[in-house]
Amino acid sequence: MAAEKMALAKAINESLRTALDTDPKVLIMGEDVGKLGGVFRVTDGLQKDFGEDRVIDTPLAESGIVGTAIGLALRGYRPVVEIQFDGFVFPAYDQIVTQLAKMHARALGKIKLPVVIRIPYGGGIGAVEHHSESPEALFAHVAGLKVVSPSNASDAYWMMQQAIQSNDPVIFFEPKRRYWDKSEVNKDAIPGPLHKAVVAREGADLTLVAYGPMVKVCLEAAAAAQEEGKSIEVLDLRSMSPVDFDSIQASVEKTRRLVVVHEAPVFLGTGAEIAARITERCFYHLEAPVLRVGGYHAPYPPARLEDEYLPGLDRVLDAVDRSLAY
Amino acid sequence: MTVESTAARKPRRSAGTKSAASAGAKRTSPAAKKSPGTTGAEPELVQLLTPEGERVKDATYDPYVADITPDELRGLYRDMVLSRRFDAEATSLQRQGELGLWASMLGQEAAQIGSGRATRDDDYVFPTYREHGVAWCRGVDPTNLLGMFRGVNNGGWDPNTNNFHLYTIVIGSQTLHATGYAMGITKDGADSAVIAYFGDGASSQGDVAESFTFSAVYNAPVVFFCQNNQWAISEPTEKQTRVPLYQRAQGFGFPGVRVDGNDVLACLAVTKWALERARSGEGPTLVEAYTYRMGAHTTSDDPTKYRADEERESWEAKDPILRLRTYLEASNHADEGFFAELEAESEALGKRVREVVRAMPDPDHFAIFENVYADGHALVDEERAQFAAYQASFADEGEGK
Repeated sequence: MAAEKMALAKAINESLRTALDTDPKVLIMGEDVGKLGGVFRVTDGLQKDFGEDRVIDTPLAESGIVGTAIGLALRGYRPVVEIQFDGFVFPAYDQIVTQLAKMHARALGKIKLPVVIRIPYGGGIGAVEHHSESPEALFAHVAGLKVVSPSNASDAYWMMQQAIQSNDPVIFFEPKRRYWDKSEVNKDAIPGPLHKAVVAREGADLTLVAYGPMVKVCLEAAAAAQEEGKSIEVLDLRSMSPVDFDSIQASVEKTRRLVVVHEAPVFLGTGAEIAARITERCFYHLEAPVLRVGGYHAPYPPARLEDEYLPGLDRVLDAVDRSLAY
Repeated sequence: MTVESTAARKPRRSAGTKSAASAGAKRTSPAAKKSPGTTGAEPELVQLLTPEGERVKDATYDPYVADITPDELRGLYRDMVLSRRFDAEATSLQRQGELGLWASMLGQEAAQIGSGRATRDDDYVFPTYREHGVAWCRGVDPTNLLGMFRGVNNGGWDPNTNNFHLYTIVIGSQTLHATGYAMGITKDGADSAVIAYFGDGASSQGDVAESFTFSAVYNAPVVFFCQNNQWAISEPTEKQTRVPLYQRAQGFGFPGVRVDGNDVLACLAVTKWALERARSGEGPTLVEAYTYRMGAHTTSDDPTKYRADEERESWEAKDPILRLRTYLEASNHADEGFFAELEAESEALGKRVREVVRAMPDPDHFAIFENVYADGHALVDEERAQFAAYQASFADEGEGK
């Protein structure tokens, strides 16, 4: 099968379809995932083809969705649950943190919890409150969970396959404003490991690290900087837990400058951890302090203000300039 | 508030008089005829054995214990005595500093043994942290239950060995796990059932309500076994609900029944009935075992600060073990030799538990990093290596372990 161009949402749909097809233990669960195909249509057509026993419309109860998925996993199933929007995950946060994350260790490794929790996340779609948040650091902070986010259709397809095959719970953050972006998906390609960062663009003067929705912004920033004669490397992190510090280190040892970009608030975010670790690892290589670009320590703003809140091309380029000025 | 409801909130009747102490008497009292939902009404409860140890008839539930043999009756008695002995030993061990904490089940033996013995090997049990008697019925070595209270692990057993899940400390979380597991049984086309334990306090938790919703919607083969032991730490049941707990089920579309939780026969019969409903595709049931926690919530609290001595005394008259003993003796199902032998077995159990706990080794230091992930995690690997190096630095100084 040759590579095929498809939207990121479609790639996840195809990935779920492949998983349902190959493993009878895989289940899809969530609010509106059946007939409607999900509010973003990511599960479109799956219930029609696999039935209501495999693609399960649930009551409107997030803790119930995750809690019952844990029970199904204990019975040998591999549930893939959808939380409709980022801000709605919190009713399930207790089940995810106190139960899902810890049960394998509490059972001395005798049971496995292969549950994937899909969360469309991030802003940029003009939504009302609780529909645009980036809570990934809250999950990455919890031992026992793995946290990933694809930035393009190919990764969306393959990372979902890998997340479902993982014996650990995976929080799968889907960049909702990239759902309709198309790119090549090669279903015959052999993907790299789920938690490995990849170089999205080679460069020599500075490294931009991003994941999910911000990779595209960083690639655009790198292209704009190129016109000013600056060579920017863009690293697509892909995984927030674990973080591939080795790949970041390798890039920083080459470029000697690092800017981390994400939509989530800067304070105590993924970028803070990366800045601290890379400073430890690359202290003598760095020509400038590690800088961060991200959201503010404020509630996600109303839609008419989100362009001010979200890191855009200018804010990323400003950070690039500040780093290069050292 | 009505006159009736105020009256019902007065201290419970003293156990001194026979009729007042008998829950059976309540069944025919005018209060029992009140319409569901009336605050403070004392509803009917299923009882097969009165507090005085007299067998009473119940057309609905008698068939579920009709074929019980004297040997099995003695078995139920033995289970209750040994689980109480184990529980008492654990309480002592906590007082002696061998356990960091203990949650006693004293007084709840009938609810736990009756329901636990109703389960089949292929059923699955989701306990809270107080189901020591149920664990006993499932064949879990009781000393396994002590690891987390001693602080050597956070769970400590393979749930699949006895189909007995790990103790769950967050209140009510396990009812959802039970429901999901039961949904899986249905998908597998199996005829096993699941039983989820929780308390009256947990009935206030959203997860319990959500598990009722999910189990009803998917017709999951799960029995919700609420041990209403009257107290959630210092909060009485009145702080959790305005209606009798078993009546909650009605609003979710499945039956609820209140059973005398100090009557092991009734608990056995009602749970069997509920499990059979689940197996035959009739969906969930809520069983409220009306019982009493004789001790503290855990060894950390002091019940004398929040409840009256008279209340405990009134429940002592309903002791589940005494009542079965009276029945066994009256019906000539057990002789002195049986009780003497059990006493010796009980002491031996206490001794073994004491010895095993005291001999429990502290976990290996590297256990911190074990089983955090099934497939591994780079950060855990890195921190384990740092920890190893740090530990080794002491060995260099000759101070290592």
